[in-house]
Amino acid sequence: MTAKDLRQPIKVARGLGSSQSGVSHWWTQRVTAVALVFLVLWFVATVLSLLHADYAVARATVAKPWNALLLIAFVVAMFWHAVLGLQVVIEDYVHTRWKEVASMLIIKFLAVLGALASVLAVLRIALTP
Amino acid sequence: MADTQRPLSPHLQIYKWQVQMLSSILHRATGIALAVGSLLVIAGLLHLAAGEESFQHFKNIAGSPVGLVLLFGWSWALFYHLCNGIRHLIQDTGAGYGIAQFVRSSWISVIASIVLTLLVWAYVLTAGGAA
Repeated sequence: MTAKDLRQPIKVARGLGSSQSGVSHWWTQRVTAVALVFLVLWFVATVLSLLHADYAVARATVAKPWNALLLIAFVVAMFWHAVLGLQVVIEDYVHTRWKEVASMLIIKFLAVLGALASVLAVLRIALTP
Repeated sequence: MADTQRPLSPHLQIYKWQVQMLSSILHRATGIALAVGSLLVIAGLLHLAAGEESFQHFKNIAGSPVGLVLLFGWSWALFYHLCNGIRHLIQDTGAGYGIAQFVRSSWISVIASIVLTLLVWAYVLTAGGAA
């Protein structure tokens, strides 16, 4: 930036960096991590409470509004966090550009499909009497 | 492999073993394992939504010897990634970077994850076995 540049430095820095997205990847990874700390503990406790439940009880548990809500939050946060993490692994180890882009597309498509399928399953359970 | 020809930095075998190596690489390895394990969550939900017979089929597979070994591995991976993830979140605040603290918190992540895994499976066994 030259002295003649009328733009504020923050205007130049905002949203840039090598990834063109500043710290948003880092930050989103942390936000989903904090959410998952609580959601994972809740998920493990819920699964353990259903150890010997029969089908009707398991279904009724998932159908409860709070459980359905938290389960959807859990799967969305989980797949989001997984994509952010796998993205870093791919960037670190896949050094051939077309393979890197292809791997990124594959994990993103799979994660979106996985999240949508899980949400749809929870909704089917919650909304079907 | 890389399509670039450049000098590479020394790799793992050159360094003396330290627990921080373990806690770092395990975080990544368990993260990858858990991403694969997310398929189990999808499978469970889809089978639960599909009906009683379908869900019983899922429970039979999860409760089979291979299923139990996988579940045990995934449960430890989950607890390790959780414990070490909390450790990283604390370090993100700038805390815990002294060498002694860093080594101690690495051990805590490893040991706490094993303890939590054993506690959960002890509960599963005392509650009368899985599935």
